[in-house]
Amino acid sequence: MNSNLAFDFSVDKANNTITVKREFAAELPLVWDAYTKSEILDQWWAPKPWKARTKTMDFREGGHWHYAMVGPEGEEHWSWIDYQHIQPQQNFKGLDAFVEPDGTLKTDWPRSAWDVTFADKGEVTLVEINISYDDLAQLEATLQMGFKEGLSMAMEGLDELLPSLKK
Amino acid sequence: MRRDIFQAIADPTRRAIILLIASQAMTPNAIAEHFDTTRQAISKHLHILVECELVRQDHQGREIYYRLELTKMKEIDQWLDQFRKLWESRFNELDNVLATLKNDRK
Repeated sequence: MNSNLAFDFSVDKANNTITVKREFAAELPLVWDAYTKSEILDQWWAPKPWKARTKTMDFREGGHWHYAMVGPEGEEHWSWIDYQHIQPQQNFKGLDAFVEPDGTLKTDWPRSAWDVTFADKGEVTLVEINISYDDLAQLEATLQMGFKEGLSMAMEGLDELLPSLKK
Repeated sequence: MRRDIFQAIADPTRRAIILLIASQAMTPNAIAEHFDTTRQAISKHLHILVECELVRQDHQGREIYYRLELTKMKEIDQWLDQFRKLWESRFNELDNVLATLKNDRK
């Protein structure tokens, strides 16, 4: 990553949200496409060594994206995003869910609301992703899925303290 | 029972104590004055913080001062860093894809 690009990641336990801000060295239309076209999403959405594979995508309000994360052993985790609100090249909102391969909702899994905003900064585009959960339990369940340890943690006042520790 | 940094910060009163003594060591009485709860409750929280090894007791004359082991807090940062890495790897991949797309359009 170009070290001049801003990157900010924070977990807000008081509001059950995760916020990620990241700049990309490309103009806005291209970055917008990268987030909203399945053929491009498939190339980067999964963290390595996993790969994203789109089954169906219909990027419009009321549409959806149905895709699998495919692991190195061929294991599959299926996800679904309902697109609720789209302002072209500015913002889209969607409801994220875990589903069966046929698209049936896994109701006892956490759901999260995604709010993705794009800001034109000329050569660079800033993307801000806000992910919010209905309650803290779902946020923590999501965190727990990737990482077993350390669950009851986190931030609030400590957020302010940590940056000063790094110096 | 093994205690860790995440138990230390799991409780809001303990988080408040941590912030309180972050900048200066304090006696248990001075700490308790900042809270509405009983001294016993504060004492119990301090005990847990000591077990978590986030807080150290220093004896100065007849007084006990509690001070933070700030380096211990880095464990929280390291834990959070895993999520940062997840996003970073995903975004780095997007950087590559964008660079390729830019070239294709030229």
